[in-house]
Amino acid sequence: MNHAGKRRDRTVAVLLTSFSILVVTGPWLPQWAMFIMTVAVARGLVVLGLLLLLRAGLVSFGQALFYCLGAYSAGALGRFFGISDIFVEMLVGGAVAAATAFVLGFLLARYRGIFFGLLSLALSMILYGLLVKSEALGSTDGFNILPSTLFGIRPGAEWVRYAVLVSAAAVALVAALLVHRYLDTPLGRLAPAIKDNEIRVEYMGASARRAVHVKYVIAGGLAGVGGALAATAVGHIDPEMAYWTTSGEFIFIAILAGTGNVVAPFVGALIYGAIHTLAYDLSPNTWQMTLGVALLLLIVFLPNGLWSAFSRFRWR
Amino acid sequence: MAIILDARSLCKAFGAVVAASEVSAAIEKDSIVGLIGTNGAGKTTFINIVTGYLKPDRGSIAYEGRDITRLPPRDITRLGICRSFQIPQLYGSLSVFENMMIGIGIVLRNAGLAGYFSRGAALVPGYGEPADAVAERILGRFGLLEYRDRNAQVLPGGARKLLDIALAMVARPRILLLDEPTSGVSAQEKFGIMQMVLEAVRAEGATVLFVEHDMEVVSRFAQRVLAFYDGRIIADAPPHAALAHPEVKRYVVGTRA
Repeated sequence: MNHAGKRRDRTVAVLLTSFSILVVTGPWLPQWAMFIMTVAVARGLVVLGLLLLLRAGLVSFGQALFYCLGAYSAGALGRFFGISDIFVEMLVGGAVAAATAFVLGFLLARYRGIFFGLLSLALSMILYGLLVKSEALGSTDGFNILPSTLFGIRPGAEWVRYAVLVSAAAVALVAALLVHRYLDTPLGRLAPAIKDNEIRVEYMGASARRAVHVKYVIAGGLAGVGGALAATAVGHIDPEMAYWTTSGEFIFIAILAGTGNVVAPFVGALIYGAIHTLAYDLSPNTWQMTLGVALLLLIVFLPNGLWSAFSRFRWR
Repeated sequence: MAIILDARSLCKAFGAVVAASEVSAAIEKDSIVGLIGTNGAGKTTFINIVTGYLKPDRGSIAYEGRDITRLPPRDITRLGICRSFQIPQLYGSLSVFENMMIGIGIVLRNAGLAGYFSRGAALVPGYGEPADAVAERILGRFGLLEYRDRNAQVLPGGARKLLDIALAMVARPRILLLDEPTSGVSAQEKFGIMQMVLEAVRAEGATVLFVEHDMEVVSRFAQRVLAFYDGRIIADAPPHAALAHPEVKRYVVGTRA
């Protein structure tokens, strides 16, 4: 929180530097690394939204709902309208998800704790059930996404991954900067107050429900953008994206990363992606165990997430 | 004197328990009113109804002529009626200073001076100072500056009480309702705390209603006393007259008439 400039906030500098390094060094990265990083950015966007909710004490077990909606919106653009521009996909994916979150928010913003968590989980499983039954959208198999284009141009085969990664990183940069700014406003700072004492918030003249609703819409929109991005990066979508294990992955990353800073979700997603890939490479049948052990170690040694290790160096 | 708060025939029952029965009181602007009565007499219910936490079964409350009976607590707060709590309601994971900044942030927001991307650097309305200066000024007035960066959860009891009242003061209330401001505070500290609170409040020019069990405190600070018993107001008079009332003596003070 704001301590009148006692601690210098280097978040903006770190974000801008990381982005610049990525843009410059990107062309030399191997294709698989670019893919892992793009997926990490997509997941990072979802977790960035989750961070807003977690700060207010709300654990959503259903962010996969918006992730999947974003992905299917992006897929539908290509399948039904022949649109494959990555920015249009992200914009539409985010907008559809945010609009859905706005409507569902009227219900969800009334609930807290386990009720909020389970209700969000139930809603994402409804989408899963619907998608599995809908032949037009490929049922359980899902369908393939058109190859990405950028402002009407299709990059050469060896440049596609780089173009997608940089576009993803650019969107993530803007999102992270906006959320960072939001967290430093009186509205954003209300989150820990809602977590601590909602009655007091009401008695000081603010609507906790409305604040939660706003956070839920932002989180939904970010998850939608992340879903659209994942769809275009992977090139395929299926109903698994709405399954509860996908939501679990996002919570896993959020715990791994911590909620201390907007950079944390992206670092967390990248480390999660790396552990996941490594574990799968080493033992394809027991990779979940490796991930489980990693989480266990983290909870024991860094209960506030990886970010708490960084913040010891006076970052925030 | 002008009436600022007018409660008329408030009734509230929780099942068979009658918490308010035909409670009527007209509160004059700038007065200091003490609410007395045994536990369960209806004092806190009265405060809860006035601040919108409970809706009365019957009756109405007008604030400066405007009916506020059905408004939620946040709207009543925005109109200028604020309260403190018998058990301090703080933001336990935040520091004392951050607790104040939450409140000031809400004030800025409600005045349209803080949006989604504005850091709330505007001058706080009514104070003409930036938020952190206002926070420190109020903390100073309540003698809490030494705890500025302490976590609200680990404050001593008296400081928790004062911070709870300081939070209620942030929005510059026109009416302040204090629910047992001196409970859990040592007998020696009671007068000091009341003195400090009332000085801070009077500097802002607010009407005060306070719940109190210590009759010495009541007779020293209240200009008028409302004595509650069994959900009713059994006496409404200046302190000496109210405390001499036979029913008050029997049911509230606990001495034989």
